[in-house]
Amino acid sequence: MVDVLRLRDDDPVSDPAVTVDSFIEQSNAAAVRVEPGDDARQLLPHLEQLRLVEVNFPAFTDGRGYSAARILREGGYTGELRAVGDVLLDQLSHLRRCGFDAFAPEKPIDQADAEAAFGRWPHVYQAAADDRAPIWKLRHG
Amino acid sequence: MYRYDQYDQDMVDARVAEFRDQTQRRIEGKLTEDQFKPLRLQNGLYLQLHAYMLRVAVPYGTLSSAQMHMLADIADKYDRGYGHFTTRQNIQYNWIKLEDAPQILADLATVEMHAIQTSGNCIRNISSDQFAGAAADEIVDPRPYAELLRQWSSFHPEFLALPRKFKICVIASETDRAAMKLHDIGIRIVRNDQGELGAAFYVGGGMGRTPMIAPLLREFVPLDQLITYSEACLRVYNRYGRRDNKYKARIKILVHELGKDEYARQVEEEFAHLQTLGIEPPIAELERIKTYFTDPAFQAGASDDLDLSDPDFALWVERNCLAHKQSGYIVANISLKPVGGIPGDASAAQIHLMADLAKEYSFDELRVTHAQNIVLPHVRKADLYTLWQKLDEAGLGAANLDTIEDIIACPGLDYCSLANARSIPVAQKIATRFAETGKSGTLGELKLKISGCINACGHHHAGHIGILGVDRKGVENYQLLLGGCEGDDTSLGQITGPGFDEDGIVGAVETATDVYLANRKDGERFLDTYRRIGMAPFKEALYG
Repeated sequence: MVDVLRLRDDDPVSDPAVTVDSFIEQSNAAAVRVEPGDDARQLLPHLEQLRLVEVNFPAFTDGRGYSAARILREGGYTGELRAVGDVLLDQLSHLRRCGFDAFAPEKPIDQADAEAAFGRWPHVYQAAADDRAPIWKLRHG
Repeated sequence: MYRYDQYDQDMVDARVAEFRDQTQRRIEGKLTEDQFKPLRLQNGLYLQLHAYMLRVAVPYGTLSSAQMHMLADIADKYDRGYGHFTTRQNIQYNWIKLEDAPQILADLATVEMHAIQTSGNCIRNISSDQFAGAAADEIVDPRPYAELLRQWSSFHPEFLALPRKFKICVIASETDRAAMKLHDIGIRIVRNDQGELGAAFYVGGGMGRTPMIAPLLREFVPLDQLITYSEACLRVYNRYGRRDNKYKARIKILVHELGKDEYARQVEEEFAHLQTLGIEPPIAELERIKTYFTDPAFQAGASDDLDLSDPDFALWVERNCLAHKQSGYIVANISLKPVGGIPGDASAAQIHLMADLAKEYSFDELRVTHAQNIVLPHVRKADLYTLWQKLDEAGLGAANLDTIEDIIACPGLDYCSLANARSIPVAQKIATRFAETGKSGTLGELKLKISGCINACGHHHAGHIGILGVDRKGVENYQLLLGGCEGDDTSLGQITGPGFDEDGIVGAVETATDVYLANRKDGERFLDTYRRIGMAPFKEALYG
């Protein structure tokens, strides 16, 4: 069992995640897993019923999951968005900015290291899926 | 030029701390090389044949004298006393130790510099027109837009693991001096019929193995949607760009395979969506940045007189200087192509000297060009002779800009782990041959570009004459291309036929120039003659 690092207070969803294809077909699951080649926009009509979306990173160098996460958050998804797979310390802060609020790394990440990673950047240059105000906003109000 | 405020400084300082921590973890073995590689690449650190190479960002090619002095100090302290200016308007050091890299980044941060995203599969340092702010033909200075894009692209959380590298270029004149259409995104700032400024987006250009000229994707993006439209372009690329084959992963392949119209349609769809999210910085931010790019305090009524009685100086002025938008001033190019030298290299002493001269004669500003030369953009004509004398004394007075001696060359097999053949010795031999025969001047503008492998870092596709080094059964072999051009009438060079050995390629270049000289009409450059008479006469002379 992989330890899940969660930045949410609600209870974890225990439902097994189904693939995007089977979710679209049978559509009563509350948890779905998005693979790198999946189009996250397919989920947008069904966000209400979803409580967990896992986005798989088979390799941390494949960044499609970053876009998938932002698209879901921009579409109004408020449930748990969990990065799973080859999830490493040095990508945590960027994943969080794209809307991930849970992390299930294959190799465990030390809690204190994770805290430090989330606090790494004093500011951010762009608007993304988190609530941080970009530097241009701080400059101009 | 742009100056950091506390926010910018905090971000660069945080990056230094982050990379110091990452390097430490690598040295301690807590990060594997596979895990560390993308991190070091996004801090400009490559592993080359003999050592680490560090590529330092020079945003849109603009430097102050203090920054230039720092580049010289780094060459002295951490390298072997040299810096190599690159086709991406950056500077590279070839002999860096991993354990020194974090401290070099810390040193750079003290002069508002960094190596952020100068490599790796992310949005790279933004390039621009080296004569921005000085050129008589520009609509506006393109650099504020480039700086806006620099900030947006720095640590952009969605675009740090793209299918492949991503290069953006911004220009603002009809004349393209920055190979804009050979970038992943080329932006030309334009004015529409209502007189409003906006951005024309060319998307999907590039060199490399499969060179492509970027098609025009959208004629006019309003300035208050520049970032949003860029983000839409990147998101569609991140979604569909190929990841199964790194040689087919650039956006040019996607635009080609999907078709420009379908790619454009998807970008428009994403653009419409992103516009609802409020991700665009306010115009006030662009205005804030623009205040850093106002004209320097030119002397009113400065004289346009130039005493050209010294023939060496007159030749240098003719070859290396360009008209400035301000009367009494001139744009001076310092050629880093002394005959027999390494294209783009400068010693620490030369870098210090150029910094001093910029401070004294060019309002504290220098530019790096994609042709691997340095520009002093704002020189008073009255100071030009003194400036030239000082350059010439330091071996920086070569009067050969845009001639066949002004060769672009990649580091090649002397340094690069990707290369199949050496580039530098070929460049040296060609420049020496033409300097000795005195033909460089007769030939006029002739852009010769050499790459040591098909990745095309030496821009051989875009050379009037291009040379591509390949490995042929373990022997270095050089293919000759003719007819490439990076400018407004962008074209890709065509291969003449079978390749040549190292000495053979020098002779082949000479043969090609002889065909030009025998056929040229009044005022024609090599490229013009080639376009008029075609490949056949050249082939005949080379292989007939």
